[in-house]
Amino acid sequence: MGIQATYLGMPLAIDDLDVENLAYFRHCAAHDFHLQRCTACGLVRYPPTTACPWCANPKSDWVPVEARGAVHSYTEVHHAIQPAFKAHTPYLVLLVDLDTQKGKPTELEALRMMGNLTTPDGTLAPPETVKSVGIGTRVRMVFADVAPGLAIPHWTIDETAPQPARPWRYPQE
Amino acid sequence: MPMPDTDTTSPKFLRDKYAIVGVGETTYTRGSGVTTRKLGTWAVRNAIEDAGLKPSDIDGMLSYQSGDSTFSTFIAGDLGIRPSFYMDVFGGGSSTEALVGMAMGLIEAGMCTTVAIFRAMNGFSQVRIGGTGARAAAPVSGDALHGRAYGWQSAGQMFAPTFMRHMHDYGTRPEQVAAVKAIHSEHASNNPKAFYKRRFTVEDVLNSRIICKPLHLLDCCVETDNGTALIVTSAERARDCRHTPALIRGVVGRCSKPRTDMHYQHGPISTVAGHYARDILWPNAGVGPEDVDVTGSYDAFTFTTMLQLEDYGFCKKGEGGQYVSDGTIRLGGKRPNNTSGGHLCEGYTHGLNMVIENVRQLRHDVDDSCPIGPDGKRQHTYDYREGGCRQVKDCELSANLGWANPGTGSAMVMRRG
Repeated sequence: MGIQATYLGMPLAIDDLDVENLAYFRHCAAHDFHLQRCTACGLVRYPPTTACPWCANPKSDWVPVEARGAVHSYTEVHHAIQPAFKAHTPYLVLLVDLDTQKGKPTELEALRMMGNLTTPDGTLAPPETVKSVGIGTRVRMVFADVAPGLAIPHWTIDETAPQPARPWRYPQE
Repeated sequence: MPMPDTDTTSPKFLRDKYAIVGVGETTYTRGSGVTTRKLGTWAVRNAIEDAGLKPSDIDGMLSYQSGDSTFSTFIAGDLGIRPSFYMDVFGGGSSTEALVGMAMGLIEAGMCTTVAIFRAMNGFSQVRIGGTGARAAAPVSGDALHGRAYGWQSAGQMFAPTFMRHMHDYGTRPEQVAAVKAIHSEHASNNPKAFYKRRFTVEDVLNSRIICKPLHLLDCCVETDNGTALIVTSAERARDCRHTPALIRGVVGRCSKPRTDMHYQHGPISTVAGHYARDILWPNAGVGPEDVDVTGSYDAFTFTTMLQLEDYGFCKKGEGGQYVSDGTIRLGGKRPNNTSGGHLCEGYTHGLNMVIENVRQLRHDVDDSCPIGPDGKRQHTYDYREGGCRQVKDCELSANLGWANPGTGSAMVMRRG
């Protein structure tokens, strides 16, 4: 069965044929982050794909992945495109390097995941928190529950991790 | 300048064998009041007329679109063209040069002889190219669940992590990148067709409101309604056409970084597809960036112009900010970029107008406000002050650098025939 739901005013849909995304978001709904691991080369991949980007093997297992990492880059959105995001501007879209598999299989690669900066309950972060985060900030994954079988993974500041004294921020501030 | 032709390793058998012989466009507006079918017909008709050809001389047609336009069959039908080949592909800013390469291949394969390529769009009044309106309301599914669900949807939002990381990695400054808009606006002020002819300063850009960091409003291109078209044929046939042909030296089409599904998986993310494309482009063209007189580096955003000029080797990696702000890319500088004003000022056409501009530059006949002489040709003054000339003096070699996103690009080198 596919899934249809609404999140922040947007219609979300996962087709019943899209078994990769159904599995990915089912784990998210259980607040138990999993990614596909190739049964041949053993590398984990993001986002969900139908074969291994490194060895083309179609078979994979869903494995638990520790969802912590550091902000690799970001954008701070002041002019929202989707109507429901306008109430939350400025909001951060983060590109996060997971610690898991960072620098593998080559030093140029990492599992780089998108997500918004949110509070621990998965709500888009308020402006004062947005201002405190930049490249290098340590974050951990949290989830915004949407529907049975569907939660959206996000990032919140990792309170337990040592943080950079001054994360890198856009210079014109 | 004679073209160097010393590289024996590349497939130079297509070098100079094909040409762009006709260019055409509609007016650039916000509110065309007509269908994309009418815009496409108008642009293709103008390009055929410009080439000195008849519709019956066209036997191939290619177009590109993003679910927002008409198809070749309607344009060909409206103009009485019977195609021996046509195809409409899905795509945006990496399509123009890629389709020129495909047109060369079609003719080379004997499938047709003369190809029209068009892009028609109501990018302001119908399907907003910035992603607002109908596109913002579309259901989110498949791969978009990992992007659009985060309010990460418009081109600016999607490319911003690349732009931001370039500033982080190389110390690129906002005022350096803003110079791209200032300079392109100077060029547009000498382009009677440009939608925005007003000159802007670096301060104007930096003082405009933030859209999504690091992009200010004036770092982003204009949304417009327009049709644009090119005619490609063999160099042999080009000799019978109206204008000096723009001979195609080399093409690279939709060359990509690894992981086309999600290119950020492979770094450095401050490096774009041009890093890979240049190894195809320059050997095919038999020239290098230092030989080029004028560039057309895609300016959906100020940053895209800078990133591509850098990764195609017009300056050292990391020095793009310096390159675009030191006067090199200004009319009268060593290697002007987007002399029409480009997407930032002339109008947004998904790359095609930048090729049109360079074809006219190579003809030594850009349509500025210089006086027309007794021979019917413009008497270019090379006075680049506001309202004046925008012809690059002695322009022999051009490079167009098309951009779909940080992970995919296309490019083409042309020379004066």
